[in-house]
Amino acid sequence: MSEIQLKDNADKTILDAPAITTHIDHHSAPHGYKRWLFSTNHKDIGTLYLWFSLTMFFIGGAMAMIIRAELFQPGLQLIEPNFFNQMTTSHGLIMVFGAVMPAFVGLANWMLPLMIGAPDMALPRMNNWSFWILPFAFSLLLLSLFTEGGGPNFGWTFYPPLSTQYSPDSTAMFVFSIHLMGISSIMGAINVIVTIFNMRAPGMTLMKMPMFVWTWLITAFLLIAVMPVLAGAVTMILTDKYFGTSFFDAAGGGDPVLFQHVFWFFGHPEVYIMILPSFGIISAIIPTFARKQLFGYHSMVYATASIAILSFTVWAHHMFTVGLPLAAELFFMYCTMLISVPTGVKIFNWIATLWRGSITFEVPMLFSLAFIVLFTIGGFSGLMLAITPADFQYHDTYFVVAHFHYVLVTGAVFSIMAAAYYWLPKWTGYMFNEKLGKWHFWCSLISVNLLFFPMHFLGLAGMPRRIPDYALQFADINKIVSIGGFLFGLSQLIFVAVVVMAVRGGKKAPAKPWEGAEGLEWTVPSPAPYHTFDTPPEVK
Amino acid sequence: MDNFERGYVRLLKPIITINTLILGMVSTPLLAQQSTLNMTEGVTGISNTVYNLHMTILYICIAIAVIVFGIMFWSLYQHRKSKGAVAAKFHESTTVEIIWTAIPIVILIGMAIPSTQALILMEDTTEADITIQITGSQWKWHYRYFDHDLEFYSRLTTSQAEINNEIEKQQHYLKEVDNPLVLPINKKVRFLITADDVIHSWWVPAFAVKKDANPGFINEAWTKIDTPGTYRGQCAELCGKDHGFMPIVVTALEPEAFDNWLAQAQVTAKQQLQAEQQSLTQTMDMPTMMSLGEEVYNRACLACHQASGQGIPGAFPALKNSPVALGDVNKHINIVLHGVSGTAMASFAKQLSKKELAAVITFERNAWGNNTGDIVQPSQIDAALTSINQ
Repeated sequence: MSEIQLKDNADKTILDAPAITTHIDHHSAPHGYKRWLFSTNHKDIGTLYLWFSLTMFFIGGAMAMIIRAELFQPGLQLIEPNFFNQMTTSHGLIMVFGAVMPAFVGLANWMLPLMIGAPDMALPRMNNWSFWILPFAFSLLLLSLFTEGGGPNFGWTFYPPLSTQYSPDSTAMFVFSIHLMGISSIMGAINVIVTIFNMRAPGMTLMKMPMFVWTWLITAFLLIAVMPVLAGAVTMILTDKYFGTSFFDAAGGGDPVLFQHVFWFFGHPEVYIMILPSFGIISAIIPTFARKQLFGYHSMVYATASIAILSFTVWAHHMFTVGLPLAAELFFMYCTMLISVPTGVKIFNWIATLWRGSITFEVPMLFSLAFIVLFTIGGFSGLMLAITPADFQYHDTYFVVAHFHYVLVTGAVFSIMAAAYYWLPKWTGYMFNEKLGKWHFWCSLISVNLLFFPMHFLGLAGMPRRIPDYALQFADINKIVSIGGFLFGLSQLIFVAVVVMAVRGGKKAPAKPWEGAEGLEWTVPSPAPYHTFDTPPEVK
Repeated sequence: MDNFERGYVRLLKPIITINTLILGMVSTPLLAQQSTLNMTEGVTGISNTVYNLHMTILYICIAIAVIVFGIMFWSLYQHRKSKGAVAAKFHESTTVEIIWTAIPIVILIGMAIPSTQALILMEDTTEADITIQITGSQWKWHYRYFDHDLEFYSRLTTSQAEINNEIEKQQHYLKEVDNPLVLPINKKVRFLITADDVIHSWWVPAFAVKKDANPGFINEAWTKIDTPGTYRGQCAELCGKDHGFMPIVVTALEPEAFDNWLAQAQVTAKQQLQAEQQSLTQTMDMPTMMSLGEEVYNRACLACHQASGQGIPGAFPALKNSPVALGDVNKHINIVLHGVSGTAMASFAKQLSKKELAAVITFERNAWGNNTGDIVQPSQIDAALTSINQ
């Protein structure tokens, strides 16, 4: 049935019909592989994205385990330096583009239509395509590891000339896979924007949208703004390596530093692409379990928008040691420091939401509270890194590694875990095993800090990142970090167990399993029927 | 020490240790330099400034964390549902939003002022007493003393056996080099930093100097060392396979000792040049060239082409049975001397002496069953270099 016909049907239905569709005859889920391969259903595509993300999380995680095993003690034990570099590079690329971003797109697919009272995403076929590009993109990337000379070994930031003249033959595969990921992200972002602007239920004005919808809307604009820049950067790498251009080669009149400007003009907003949806998730969960409305909704929206705008003016703080003029160093230092203001506002608002609430500690809440504390620690180290003179000492050390893992693992990944626990009853129709979920939380919390907190010390003491072997003074802390890493990796198996168990059965979940939850997604039954909001709900 | 005092010290000991661990408050320079937990205070005015800036901001962050997390955890404890807490209804206040926007801005301005001052100082490379050109290449540093006709390469000396866990690791494992950079104390030293191949980054924590070495561009940095000693650092920008094996060692001497060293080093360099000239007239035999060649190969070629001569397929070509090593000797010499543009093969004309070049090419043409029987003589290298220069 074409979209126009669907719309006509929706118009004809009676306005006060119940939002829940019970007739599921020819609208029910198709069976077999076709259900997934040809799916245009936002819930199925959301599910695909989430499973894909979880798979990539484990593949990228396995690489991290290899890295930590090699770094367990000084000397080379398990792998060659060249393979070590392939592991760090692939780990970064897979976690950023394969685990975190698809998880957010999956959550957007599942939850945005349910939150704004829309029957589906606005562009369902494009939705299908933007997902199905990803398995090909990542197969290409992973297969490149098995080519002669190995996969990408130049760091996920692929600075030339290391990624051009000095890179392995498989670099073209890397470039093409990045192009595919970019196309997928841009299409996903277009879909989100069109859906939010056109398909909100009557009465849901922009300033009534849940924070998750707001943060995703802003994220989608960031994606559209910067993914083409990344595509440009990898294309120039491609032509520099294979077609004799010299964008980044000084010998041909180019400049390797130009690449870094282009890359980080993408890269810094990318950082916020990976954290703004987290803010939305936390803003949904904290009020639910504090049983109190989100404090300062308006200022939260403005703070998110400010962060997004400022994110375009701070890119060179990744490049303080590259030889910038003093004026540029000062400008980027001030702008970077400024970004901590709206970020602080968000943290304060969450704490004000907790204040005088009626708080309970279910698993989603535990992950959200851990997010607030640990993400803030990542924010503090970010502020320290913004101070240019001190950054000369921190830059490219484990201090930076500690910083971005605090914001990405205990930030983004913890928020994704929180979201999964929060909406799992809605997705599966069953309550997950609370006890096992708590085990997952506490094991993760302890091991993740054992893993990443001592990295601050390593960096301050002078250990550079991306090295397969290190001086003896770093031996003790690396051992602790590796043990933390193995434990964190193992803890995630508990998560898989909880999810698989919840998919297979358990205690039936009511439409609204959390006492304090608000929002349209809780007005449909659990599990959410294959089609929801055929008739738009009325929002007061 | 009486019993009471001993008990007191014993009681305090763990607290002191924890303090040291968490806050890294060890303030004597010697200990700070060895600290495995905190930034070094270093041995320059700038590095001290940077250390103080770092500690100030760390303390500000800790203070904010204590307040913010304190309020949060107090609320989590007090406003539990299980304790009978009933949720309040408030959810908006423009006043508090303004307050918690304004206070951070004031704190940030307080941080920005000393940071700006420090940065202005760090970027002022004028009026230097001595200038050193630093060139990074895969995977070694090259130092050139401007106005002193002295230059040399500085490479890792840690043995492969140590790295491969075959023998015990020495104290300065991975942080030791054959020729350290020697600098005078109390003089403003300007560094001109660049690279031959990929981007490297020259970092000595004790000086708080970290500057990228970009191929084709020159960056500036400077330092003024307060105390004589040996200071160690390493390359800080991913530069390929052996990025982790590219240390920096700086020996700082009193100005007089430095002058003596400089004079001596220049004499030694001249002698080497003479020996080089002499070698051109000599005809070397196979065993000598093979043993010297193997030594040079292990130092300069093995990282990429591997001990087996088989390279790493897809990344670094093999020499064993390769058309280059078995074919025209002049072509082989040419590649080693000038490198191959667009690839990782560097030019070795300036990195090795003519005798070493002749030896390593001889080795490559006769090792691993290549058995061409060719002995390349230093004079052939000299001829190849001269013909290019004309």
